[in-house]
Amino acid sequence: MKVAVIRFPGSNCDQDAFHALNDMGLKAEYVWHDSGSLDGFDAAFVPGGFSYGDYLRCGAMAARSRIMGEVNRLAEAGCPVLGVCNGFQVLTEAGLLPGALMQNEHEKFLCQDVFLTTESDASWTREAKGKTLRIPIAHGEGRYIADAETLARVEGEGQVAFRYVENVNGSMNSIAGVVSPRGNVMGMMPHPERAASLRLGNTDGLVILRALELVRA
Amino acid sequence: MATVRIYVTLKPSLLDSAGRTVAGSLQKLGFSEVQGVRIGKMIEVQLTDATDDRINEMCDKLLANPVIEDYRYEVIA
Repeated sequence: MKVAVIRFPGSNCDQDAFHALNDMGLKAEYVWHDSGSLDGFDAAFVPGGFSYGDYLRCGAMAARSRIMGEVNRLAEAGCPVLGVCNGFQVLTEAGLLPGALMQNEHEKFLCQDVFLTTESDASWTREAKGKTLRIPIAHGEGRYIADAETLARVEGEGQVAFRYVENVNGSMNSIAGVVSPRGNVMGMMPHPERAASLRLGNTDGLVILRALELVRA
Repeated sequence: MATVRIYVTLKPSLLDSAGRTVAGSLQKLGFSEVQGVRIGKMIEVQLTDATDDRINEMCDKLLANPVIEDYRYEVIA
């Protein structure tokens, strides 16, 4: 399976993703936001970082960059698209996922492990269901919000992918990640790619990354 | 040439955590009359021609996120 790791100016989790995916036996390749296409790719990973220096809003400029047309095309074709941290912000800004991410409730940049649970039957989380995962976060703007109607739909349609066991950033309904209506696009603030190696002390992220091979809408 | 000032503000129902911090600092400086602070952005754009349709389109497509923000603008010159 060939996974495109999208790089924007300011991406900084691209190498973590690249190595985690290749170590799993997938074929990850970097794709620069301003060139290249996603022809021949089966999935896209939008990594964390501070794309375009978070100018204007987190993910706003990246969401309008050239490559996002290609990511959109992949998503419409039913292929898996995963956005982590800044990648989650990019996917909400691009309209591929509902809601928005705002500054953490208590202003602090949070860099710590969190525990996540899921009750979703989406393919992204099927393997994680029933487990409590320990996954690191590193963000200042991870407070998930949506208007009442959107939130009700996200909850009602089983689009909540993950919740924080302890709501560290003030997210509505403790939401840490959501999936798209068709279920093939997922965004989450915690970093599964940083929890994918025994040598680094945590492999809880693997059940999430392995879902790349299961997701198909 | 025209200049447009676009004001982008958080929707009133949303918590502005940065604004809350600034309000706290003002109060610590002795401005006890401060009851709250909301922080927004002012974006000044130079245009060859200022038409409402095009300015609204810029705001809707990039400058404001309708999920969390409102905007208004004024043509100043």
